[in-house]
Amino acid sequence: MCTYETEHVPISGSGKGPAGWFSLSAATVYFDHPVHAAAEHTLNVDFLNPDLGPSARVAVELDPASALALARAIIAAVETAEAFTGTVVR
Amino acid sequence: MLRSRCLDPSAKGSLPSMSHDMKAETITIAGHGGDQIEAYLAQPLGHGPFGGVVVIHHMPGYDRSTKEIARRFADEGYIALMPNLYSREAPGASPDDAAATVRARGGVPDERLVGDVGAASKHIKSLASSNGKVGTIGYCSGGRQSFLAACSLQLDAAVDCYGAAIVNPLPEGSPVKMSPLVGIVKDLSCPLLGLFGEEDQHPSPEEVAVLEKHLVEHGKTYEFHSYPGAGHAFFCVDRPSFRPEAAKDGWEQIDHFFRRYLTS
Repeated sequence: MCTYETEHVPISGSGKGPAGWFSLSAATVYFDHPVHAAAEHTLNVDFLNPDLGPSARVAVELDPASALALARAIIAAVETAEAFTGTVVR
Repeated sequence: MLRSRCLDPSAKGSLPSMSHDMKAETITIAGHGGDQIEAYLAQPLGHGPFGGVVVIHHMPGYDRSTKEIARRFADEGYIALMPNLYSREAPGASPDDAAATVRARGGVPDERLVGDVGAASKHIKSLASSNGKVGTIGYCSGGRQSFLAACSLQLDAAVDCYGAAIVNPLPEGSPVKMSPLVGIVKDLSCPLLGLFGEEDQHPSPEEVAVLEKHLVEHGKTYEFHSYPGAGHAFFCVDRPSFRPEAAKDGWEQIDHFFRRYLTS
């Protein structure tokens, strides 16, 4: 099925696409059919800069367990950084 | 396999003799609102007359696999035209980038879809080799859109391959605007072929049964096939959902159906 449900997240950072690095301003997160991954559905994340057009996109298609592990790793890394720098980002 | 039919017995159809040679190219047509949109045209070589098929691409976009479907119809002796439904939002972008952009913006509005399919049908009929008959086909979201077009335009045949959101609405909170279509079954202008997987949940077998009930109530000509062991997207050869037996039989049903209604 196509779930169609999409989370939109404003972000700040940079990503590297086929044409090189560019600034990121948005991310979308959704569970749907992948384009490339060998699975019926995947957790998909698009890192975007809509101002630069549709091709300003870094895409990943992850199996749900991988996506969850990645999310936990990101949170753990941010918490470590907070403890190291003394700066709370949440 | 569940099969149900309410067919026009007088319709048979035959294809003109052909070489299977074809020409496939990207063209520009005036779509909904007169917008210039990209479209992929695959047509048999020769004078025809040929029936026409508007191929409605799935949500992942105007991609290689859907262009292959258009060429398959040309090989079968039809003029196949696939409008790029994402032309406006993402001209020149790769199909997956275009699909991601349109997805994030909530999908293709129904009114615009009908306009683009109507424009594609008009373009096919304008070709010298056209026999004046045009059908539509779509998969997944395109299946719903094929049904929508057939209830909104004067067509000669329509194929719905596992289109969701025809009977039941999309889950609450969905950013894509797709209203159920059972209320316009009465406006269906042509015979309908529906191909479904019994293990699909969108549309579920219960939804397919409800759709059939509405078709019967309104005296519409239709043919449904529901395949055991198949779920959503069983035609997709590059996905784990691919079910060769269902896809093979499905293609045979499509070929018979279009021959019956687009070539006579």
